[in-house]
Parts: sequence; structure tokens; C-alpha cells
Amino acid sequence: MTDVKQGASAPLALDRADARVKHGAGVGGAVSAFLDRVRSGDLGSLPVIVGLVVIWTVFTSLNPVFVSSSNLVNLLFDSSTVGVIALGIVCVLMVGEIDLSVGSISGFASAMVGTLWVNQGWPVALAIIAALAFGVLIGSLYALLFNRLGMPSFVSTLAGLLAVLGMQLYILGSTGSINLPYGSALVDFGQLMVMPKWVSHTLAVIPGLAMLITGLRTVARRRAANLSTPSVAGLILRVAAITIGLELIVAYLNQARGIPWMFGLFVGLVVAMNYALTRTKWGRSMTAVGGNREAARRAGIKVRAIYLSAFALCSLFAALGGVLAAARLASASQQAGTGDVNLNAIAAAVIGGTSLFGGRGSGSAALLGILVIQSIASGLTLLDLSSSLRYMITGAVLAIAVIVDSLARRSRASHGRA
Amino acid sequence: MSESPEESASVGELVLSLRGISKNFGAVSALTDIDFDVHAGEVVALVGDNGAGKSTLVKILAGVHQPSSGTINFRGRPVTMPDPRAALTLGIATVFQDLALCENLDVVANIFLGNELSPLRLDEVAMEMRAWTLLNELSARIPSVREAVASLSGGQRQTVAIARSLLLEPKLILLDEPTAALGVAQTAEVLNLIDRVRARGLGVVMISHNMEDVRAVADRIVVLRLGRNNGVFEPDASNQDLVSAITGASNNSVSRRAERLRMERDHSGSAQAGEQRP
Repeated sequence: MTDVKQGASAPLALDRADARVKHGAGVGGAVSAFLDRVRSGDLGSLPVIVGLVVIWTVFTSLNPVFVSSSNLVNLLFDSSTVGVIALGIVCVLMVGEIDLSVGSISGFASAMVGTLWVNQGWPVALAIIAALAFGVLIGSLYALLFNRLGMPSFVSTLAGLLAVLGMQLYILGSTGSINLPYGSALVDFGQLMVMPKWVSHTLAVIPGLAMLITGLRTVARRRAANLSTPSVAGLILRVAAITIGLELIVAYLNQARGIPWMFGLFVGLVVAMNYALTRTKWGRSMTAVGGNREAARRAGIKVRAIYLSAFALCSLFAALGGVLAAARLASASQQAGTGDVNLNAIAAAVIGGTSLFGGRGSGSAALLGILVIQSIASGLTLLDLSSSLRYMITGAVLAIAVIVDSLARRSRASHGRA
Repeated sequence: MSESPEESASVGELVLSLRGISKNFGAVSALTDIDFDVHAGEVVALVGDNGAGKSTLVKILAGVHQPSSGTINFRGRPVTMPDPRAALTLGIATVFQDLALCENLDVVANIFLGNELSPLRLDEVAMEMRAWTLLNELSARIPSVREAVASLSGGQRQTVAIARSLLLEPKLILLDEPTAALGVAQTAEVLNLIDRVRARGLGVVMISHNMEDVRAVADRIVVLRLGRNNGVFEPDASNQDLVSAITGASNNSVSRRAERLRMERDHSGSAQAGEQRP
């Protein structure tokens, strides 16, 4: 029974020998496979995209200024700062832990840049590096407490939230806020610098091109290895859709100021994170540790090092986000990183589809999630509604996101997916 | 008849040979003076009651524990295994009872977990090909290696775990209760798999409580009792002998039942009449 499969039908691909499994072919197959996945609760980024469409439709109907290109450019500026912090949250959520102190760390990083650069006269690059190094240090401390003392990250980062906030207030001293000089490169980066039109249009082609090249190479290699190949037509269709979509968005935003460089940096980090999580051994280990820590340990993964990398990266991104926020506001103040920054960053990661239970997540989750949160904030500001309402609505959206995550998780379990 | 340790030595070279292995945990001696041999292409079943020392022995072989005294010879050379890595490098792979698979990763990722090809730019095509080759060699029935392990049945998961242990080309595989949590069909599947692993010329050590499974695949049955060797049996040894070697008692329900059946047989044989009750 077992040898018939290979012997009788030689041209059959290595992974298509089992007759019990359905394999859709071509574009139609890809679509039906996608629908199957969604039905079983493997939603991917579908809910957040639907949510984004709904939010944008509602706000546009209430105030058409919302979708104006100038408002959207501002939206991108605002998204970049907390978005970078959310990227760090994705890292810790991947291994099933949490960092509640990202807001404080971002605030302290901005305060550090302010004091070192403006008050102490350090070169700005050195001040930024010091702030980032501080972030890594704090993250390593959390990892140490977690790995060696078994302290739950929930508690250690809660303690960190208070302690780092105290340090921020301490170094800002009695003045309470430091203004960063207008006209400096850092502030320009946070407020003004946008890509020239040709740069943004060129960059918009690159994702499609990269997809096409890697896709074609994968097809060729899989064919050579006698494995089934994904449909080339489907690939080209996807590439075309993505390229045209990106070019249209870029053209629309270029009607106003254009794409902020700061957003470009954020997207670059998102792409790097996506690559690292899906295509490197480190990312595989992160997913494994988040899914089943003991299994990862027995497979020879250095679990402690993985936790260390997750916590350190999270705090590093938080510090970077704080520096960007200082640039955006041209000031380092006692308010920086307080209020809703913390929860917005965590909410963005979760809304974007990173599981709170560990083992599922991606860089793009931070991007999509922060777009949702900033869209709500921007829309409500345009409607002249107070922040009280904004908090309530963002809270409701976060609750919905977690409910979707939990329900999808349950559905995946009953459909035998993870 | 239970003292015939080297009877089935025809199978292949001696892969593993333990002599006088003892292990003490404080005042407790978990293993005392254990001798144990495994040949290439041979399935040795390790049976014994709870606390007989089976798991301790397997953990010593996997490098988790170190013996208090005694020598381990692996492929003719005396070896020490200070940690699990060392055992793996020597060529001793262990499939633990609770499998240790990540449910959120697919089959390929699980097989290669910790041993991924080209760490900075994972070579998915090569890994998938190798995974299929391994699974096909085992004639394993896995529908798709790109499905998360969560979607697989218990038997299929056991298959993945065994395939993973084969990845590093071991000489000896230790299976800790491979059929404990499985249904009838899945148990049969795993037993087939053990047969195929043996056919590849590997030595297999299998811990089990299930005498049926042990008889089905084992070439030799080694009984431990209270941390000591308590006999080596052929797979066709009677249940009564096995159970009394495991429990150390000759008077238990199994022996009583066997006794009753024999009496019944004798009785009906002599009387030739349709007598119902003994």
C-alpha cells in the first residue's frame, strides 16, 4: 500500500503523494484555500483590514477631510512613533511575555536625548545612541529577572514602569521640559522631512519586485526538488495588485507633502522584523519558545537567550520610539511616554493580530494596528471630540481585537490549526 | 530459561553495551549493577513496574543523568555523556514521552527545530525536501508537511517526533512509552514505524507498559525490577513468566488465571464431555 504511491506515478511531486489531502491548483485554488483558512479561524490580518475599512468609511462620511492626503500624511507621521514601540511589543508577545513599561522607557529615552543633547551639549547622534543603549540595558534587566529569578514579566515591567518614570522626572528636574531646537536634523526628521516623489515611487515598486524575484526563484527551486510549485499566475497577479496599489497610494499622498522619511524608517523596521521572524533561525526559535517552551528547550534552543533578545529588542524599540516622539514634538517633557502611549503600543500589536498567548505575530501587525489606532485618534480630533471619547473608543476596539483573537484561537483549536 | 542474554546476537554489531551501571539518588539506589546490550537492527523492549528504573536508565542513555558507577560502551568505545547534547552527538536520539513538538509550527519547522539549514536565510525548499525524504523512508502517512502540528493526530505526531530524532542520523533511538497515549490504529502505525526504523539498521530501545505492543515488535524483552536486571525474555515468552518477572511474585492474578485455564483444559480433555464449570 505504501510503495504504490511512489512507484506507480513517478512524476507526482514529493508532497502531493497523499491522496487524502486536497490541493487546489492555480488562482481558484489559492482563493478557496484562503477561504478555508479564514473559516477555520486562521484569520491573519483580515479582521484588522476590515476594521480599517470600516473606520475609514465612517470617519470619511462624518468629515471628508479625514481622507484628504494632507491628513493622511500627518497620520503617517503620528503612526511612526508609537508604531516603532508596538514593533517591540510584538517581540515580547511572540514569546508569550509582556512589557508594560514601554511608555516609560520611551519617555525616559526622549528625556535622555533632551538633557544630553540640549543641556549637556553632546552630539545628537551620541545622545541617541546613549538612549538606545539604555533601552537595551533595561530590557536585559527584565530578561535577567525573568530568566534567573523567575519573576513574571508582568510584575517586573510594572515595577519598571514606575521606576523609569521616576528616573524621567528626576533627570528633567524642575524645568519639567526641554525644547529641542527647531531646524536641527532630528526635529526636521520628525516633523518635516518627506521623500522626494521619485524616491517614494521607486520604493513602492520594490516590494512587488522582491516578491516576484523570490517567488520565481522559489518556484524554480521547488520544481528542481520535485516539490509542488505555487501558481506563477497567482504570483504575478499578487505582485501586480500590490505594486499598483502602492503606486496609487504614493501618488495620492504625494499630492500633499509626500511620504515622511520617519514613516519610511518605520516600514523598513517592519520589513526587517517580518524577515527576521519568518526567515531566520532566530525567528523560528522565537515562535517555538512562544508556542511550547519546553519543546524548544529540548530541541536545543537556548531559551534564555531568546527571552533576552525579545526583552532587549522590545526596550530598544521603545527607546527608539521615544526618540522619534521627541523629534515629532520637538520637546522632551514630563508628559512624554505617559498617558496612552503604553497601552496604544500594546493595543496596536494586539489589534494587528499578534496573539497575547504567544507564538503568533509579525512585524506588519504593528503597522496595521497602529494605523487603526491613529485613524481613530485622527478621526475623532477632526470631529472635535474630546480625548475622553477617544479613550473609550480605542478601549472598545482593543476589546474587540482581543475577543476576535480569543475566538479565532478557539476556532483554530477545534479545526486543528495552531 | 529467563537467563539467556546473548541469544539473539545474530542481528548486527553491538551498538550499546552497559556493564555494571548503578545510579544512586542520595540513599536510594535507583539502578543497581545493570547490564544491558543493544545491537544494530534490533528492538529491545525495556519493561518493568513503576519505579523499576526504566526511566532512570533511559535518562542515563540520553545524557540527562550520569551513572554513579559502571561503564557505557557505545559502538565499541567507552563513552561518558555529561549532557543531552553529548548523547545526540554520539548518535543516541531520544523520543520523549510527551513528544516535545511545537503545535504552532508546521511539520518541517518541527523536524528541523534547533537544526535549521542556513540560519540567516532559512532554506525552506531544502528542509521540506529532506523532511519528505525522511517521512517517505518511514512510509509515514503525513498529509502535508506545511500544516501546523496541531492538526495532526497522536500517531502522526509520534511519527513526526520519530522522524525528527532520525534527522541527525543516530545509531540508537530511545522511545519512552511511544504508544501510551494512542488509539488502536495509531498504535499499529507507530509499531510499523518502529519496524521500519529497525529495518534501517538502527538499534531501538523501547519502554512500554503494554505487553501486546512489546511482543509485537521487540526482539528481546529486558525486565527490570527494583533497579536490577530481572531476566531477558524472547518475545514469545508466556505472559505469566513476564508478569512474574516484572512483579517478582509467582502468585498473582495472571498466574492464577493461567493455572485455572490449564486445569480447565486438562479437565475437559480428560472428561471429553461438555462440562461447563471446573
